[in-house]
Amino acid sequence: MLPLFRLARGPLTSLRLLPLRACSHTPMDRPVESSIRAKLSRTLAPTHLEVRNESHLHAVPAGSESHFRVLVVSPSFEGLPLVQCHRLVNEALREELAGSVHALSIQAKTPQQWSSDPSLAKSPPCMGGSKHDPGMRLRSDRE
Amino acid sequence: MNHLFRLSAGLLRSGTAGLYRRRPVPEGHVSLVVARLFSSEPENSELGQLIKKDKVVVFIKGTPAQPMCGFSNAVVQILRMHGVDDYASYNVLEDQDLRQGVKNFSNWPTIPQVYFNGEFVGGCDILLQMHQNGDLVEELKKLGIHSALLDANKDEQKK
Repeated sequence: MLPLFRLARGPLTSLRLLPLRACSHTPMDRPVESSIRAKLSRTLAPTHLEVRNESHLHAVPAGSESHFRVLVVSPSFEGLPLVQCHRLVNEALREELAGSVHALSIQAKTPQQWSSDPSLAKSPPCMGGSKHDPGMRLRSDRE
Repeated sequence: MNHLFRLSAGLLRSGTAGLYRRRPVPEGHVSLVVARLFSSEPENSELGQLIKKDKVVVFIKGTPAQPMCGFSNAVVQILRMHGVDDYASYNVLEDQDLRQGVKNFSNWPTIPQVYFNGEFVGGCDILLQMHQNGDLVEELKKLGIHSALLDANKDEQKK
């Protein structure tokens, strides 16, 4: 697809064509990611939210929405043990986790925890598990 | 001790063998569980019994000798770093009934899953966080397991 161009602002002494920023994916292209964002926003009222599709890091077809990492910063987590924080996230995404989401990495922090350590963890390297995973093959057979 | 946790967490990401000495996990601890997972009382079900048989029980993809998933491997590596080599490990890739059964039992949607003394601890993220903030050393101590990282820390302090 040829890049689209726009006229550069500036003196009319010369016209310059600058490429438009390449069209980013629309939420329509990423329905699962959009759903994850919407549900976490609605149920946990996060002060900071990051949702990353990490499917490309795993042995799954291009364009998959199967592996995600979420960072949720919310006062909803105050006073809760870590496992309970994660359970809140799991519950919010129950439908997605019963569907196409195969793996979900969670970082759940209170606003205070986030301000003292504002870092996003990285996922461990894939060991090709999805290739050996009959569960994944069954899903792709159904799709 | 914090620098040891941060360093070791970085090694998990790089996938290298790391500073710890590898100890082979006895293959006898890798078991297959045939489905009879549910009874009218979940605590007395086969899974309910399984998670209590050993102090440390993990449900992973693959085996400790050959993990088949990066997250499962992270759990195996963390336990190894702490010198925990006597634990029960169940390969969910070999038994789809076990795989779904443990998710239902724990009410936890993903693998790996870790149990200490019959109590659900969490998955890879939680175990990693416990490892990084020092909680894992304390929890292992409650199980009567002395973390190898405590000895590593003492060696560091002697230098």
